[in-house]
Amino acid sequence: MHKNAYLGLGLVIAVLLVLPFILPNSYYMDLAIRMAINAIIVIGLNLLIGFAGQISLGHAGFLGIGAYASAVLPTHFGFHPLLAMAAGAAATAVIAGVVAKPIFKLKGNYLAMATLGLGIIINIALRNEAQWTGGPDGMAVPAFALFGIELSSDKQWYWVVASLLVISVWASLNIIDSPFGRALRALHGSEVASQVVGVNIARYKVSIFVLSAVFASIMGSITAHYIGFVTPNFADFFHSIELVTMVVVGGMASVFGSIVGAVLLTALPQALATFEGWETVVFGSVLMLCMIFLPKGLVPTLAAKFGKGD
Amino acid sequence: MLSQFLQFLFSGITVGATYALAALGFTLIYNASNVINFAQGEFIMLGGMLAVLFAQMGLPLPIALLLAIVIPALVGIFMEKVAIEPVKGADTVSLIIITIGASLVIRGLIQVWLGKGTFSLPAFSGDEPIHILGATLLPQSLWVLAITSLLVISLWYFFSKTLTGKAMLATSFNRTAAELVGINTNFVLFLSFAMSAGLGAVGGILVTPITMTSYDVGIMLGLKGFVAAVVGGLGNGLGAVLGGLLVGILEAMGAGYISSAYKDAMPFVLILFILFFMPRGLFGGKSTDRV
Amino acid sequence: MSLLEVKDLSIHFGGVKAVQNVSFNIDAGIVYSVIGPNGAGKTTLFNLITGVYKPTAGEIRLDGELIQGKSPNELAERGVARTFQNLQICMNMSALENVMVGAHLRLDRNVFKAAMRWPSMRRRDNELREEAAELMKFVGLEQYVHARSDAMSYGVLKRLEIARALAMKPRVIFLDEPAAGLNPKETIEIDRLVRKLADSGITVVLVEHDMKMVMNLSDRILVLDYGKKLTEGTCAEVRKNPDVIAAYLGAHA
Repeated sequence: MHKNAYLGLGLVIAVLLVLPFILPNSYYMDLAIRMAINAIIVIGLNLLIGFAGQISLGHAGFLGIGAYASAVLPTHFGFHPLLAMAAGAAATAVIAGVVAKPIFKLKGNYLAMATLGLGIIINIALRNEAQWTGGPDGMAVPAFALFGIELSSDKQWYWVVASLLVISVWASLNIIDSPFGRALRALHGSEVASQVVGVNIARYKVSIFVLSAVFASIMGSITAHYIGFVTPNFADFFHSIELVTMVVVGGMASVFGSIVGAVLLTALPQALATFEGWETVVFGSVLMLCMIFLPKGLVPTLAAKFGKGD
Repeated sequence: MLSQFLQFLFSGITVGATYALAALGFTLIYNASNVINFAQGEFIMLGGMLAVLFAQMGLPLPIALLLAIVIPALVGIFMEKVAIEPVKGADTVSLIIITIGASLVIRGLIQVWLGKGTFSLPAFSGDEPIHILGATLLPQSLWVLAITSLLVISLWYFFSKTLTGKAMLATSFNRTAAELVGINTNFVLFLSFAMSAGLGAVGGILVTPITMTSYDVGIMLGLKGFVAAVVGGLGNGLGAVLGGLLVGILEAMGAGYISSAYKDAMPFVLILFILFFMPRGLFGGKSTDRV
Repeated sequence: MSLLEVKDLSIHFGGVKAVQNVSFNIDAGIVYSVIGPNGAGKTTLFNLITGVYKPTAGEIRLDGELIQGKSPNELAERGVARTFQNLQICMNMSALENVMVGAHLRLDRNVFKAAMRWPSMRRRDNELREEAAELMKFVGLEQYVHARSDAMSYGVLKRLEIARALAMKPRVIFLDEPAAGLNPKETIEIDRLVRKLADSGITVVLVEHDMKMVMNLSDRILVLDYGKKLTEGTCAEVRKNPDVIAAYLGAHA
């Protein structure tokens, strides 16, 4: 790893350690937890979009699968939460894998469309199967318990999520600087070049898609347990677009950019909570402005300006 | 049996005509600029919503309708100028994201300005349903089909017989070559956005008396229109029209015979199917990359 | 048995017969050049042999194994490397990383071990970094070892591609117009580099327009014209062939 990466990781750890002591009340704790959760999701998504150069406009669908697995399986079938999470992740892996194989032969617009279609189908299914999922109104999610200890307080959740974030950052930085990661980035840089050095591009595209989908599924489960409730909106098109916006704004192909994007765009809806309808306008404007003026995203653009790497 | 089938067919063709217009809009813009305009659906929504607005303001219906077509066309041109031109040559993913952003802005503004309510327009020639072989057909459906057909034929004439139309086609085949023979490709781009928005708006207006309109109808209509365009073969006008009708009919049949709850999912199952097995669509051609 | 045997290879794109019934053999360890006027089908031939295109007819055998229609990554597994006429460099990666990617098949690519920073993987990566730096030195790019690929010039990147190909430790390397777009000084350097490659035992297959370079380096030459094989033989044979002279309208050596 580059020196800067270590620095960044250290900064993240430092901030996470200090945060609980300076946040004034539980509203901010909750916000911080949501930011961290989104950051992890976005890191996973960025591996797919930024590093591997692919696209997913339906990623919230995978969040939904994980979230609803953690809601439905314990509630209706008596699954232990951890098992439910694993089942959700497995189901996601299968669905993502089955769909990815044929669609990653496509490029650009077609690929985007396919991922979008998948996300919408998942959302509609979650909305319709009301007997299992509670329909459009959603359903409650039982608390997450491990070895008899229930995860319930803000503080507990914070440390769990913060640890997961640090692990995600560390793991992603490692992956990027490894043979697998280089193959992925080469795939983005030049598919033909990566092919002639032996990268099986179909297999890699499917792998990274499934990996980032499973990431999302697990985080969907965690979100569900944290909030205690889940609705189909969690898995809708707008949420997928929010996630892509976080990637784009924070910086494609930047792990720390993912964190920045997640933090900013989790805070934004909160700030706009009183201005109904404007949230959509602002998100849309942010997307457009960012792609036009800061196509590389915040962190990479700033990093380039200050002459650093990474 | 037959009457049920006909019923589904009629409603499928009616909504399919809207998809066809949306698909044509996608095709126009895609051919002129290689951009997939995710905001296409919002033009459809604008048509319906603005028509309602102007009618409610007391304007005579023809004026209201005209404005409801012209204003979205202007929005289309504005969008092209502000969002597409600055990033000419950006990669596909970036362009998709920009048009998604534009669609959010348009939808959000309408939501703020006109609220979340659902609105309707009076049918053009009354609501008295027509009975055919046991199935009912709304007169408005005939309007939808008639006007859509008229537009399709006009477009065909435009592209094959007029100089401007041929210039647009030339630009879609090879932009550089078109510029070299003196075609103003920027104007072609403007025109394609304006026409595409206008087409969408017309579709939105036509169908509002049947399915009503609100600030968020654009999402699904646009996406399904895109499905239709891909089904027909991205870039192929005839394919867009047939694709639209096909998607509409399959959706209605699926909703009627299989499950109405999953009506909205049908086009997307279809698109996955098409993308798996026939990504070039019904009429799309093959292409190879030069290395 | 020759290393590479091509029999009646053909491909057409719609009505254009880009390559028609081309047959030739390449023995291991030699420098084999493919020449011909522009549009003769040389790069297409390369693309066919390296798996970028699927032929419409014909056979290609590598060490006796049929390989036509196999994908480029399958050919990479069999020790086939190539460079590109128009450069295919991953501009999103550093120069060194571009070379390291060449060693893709020789490494453990497991993503879970990567995520956990598996010690053996890290060790191997560090070794690879040094190996890649050595390769860059070998091709004369010592000063660019720490450079970003998007900061390097065209001529330099052409040599970077060769370094990447060498990182594969290939049996045969296909160089598609390595001297194209280079000034005379850079061309001499490429000439020397290709000679170094040949001396190291790799089979080199070359597409080139620079006749001086071709005549200097090649053991055998294949001449293509309009997708068909015009003739094949040693430099002396080809040079004297009246059809070749006619096709080039006075090309000189």
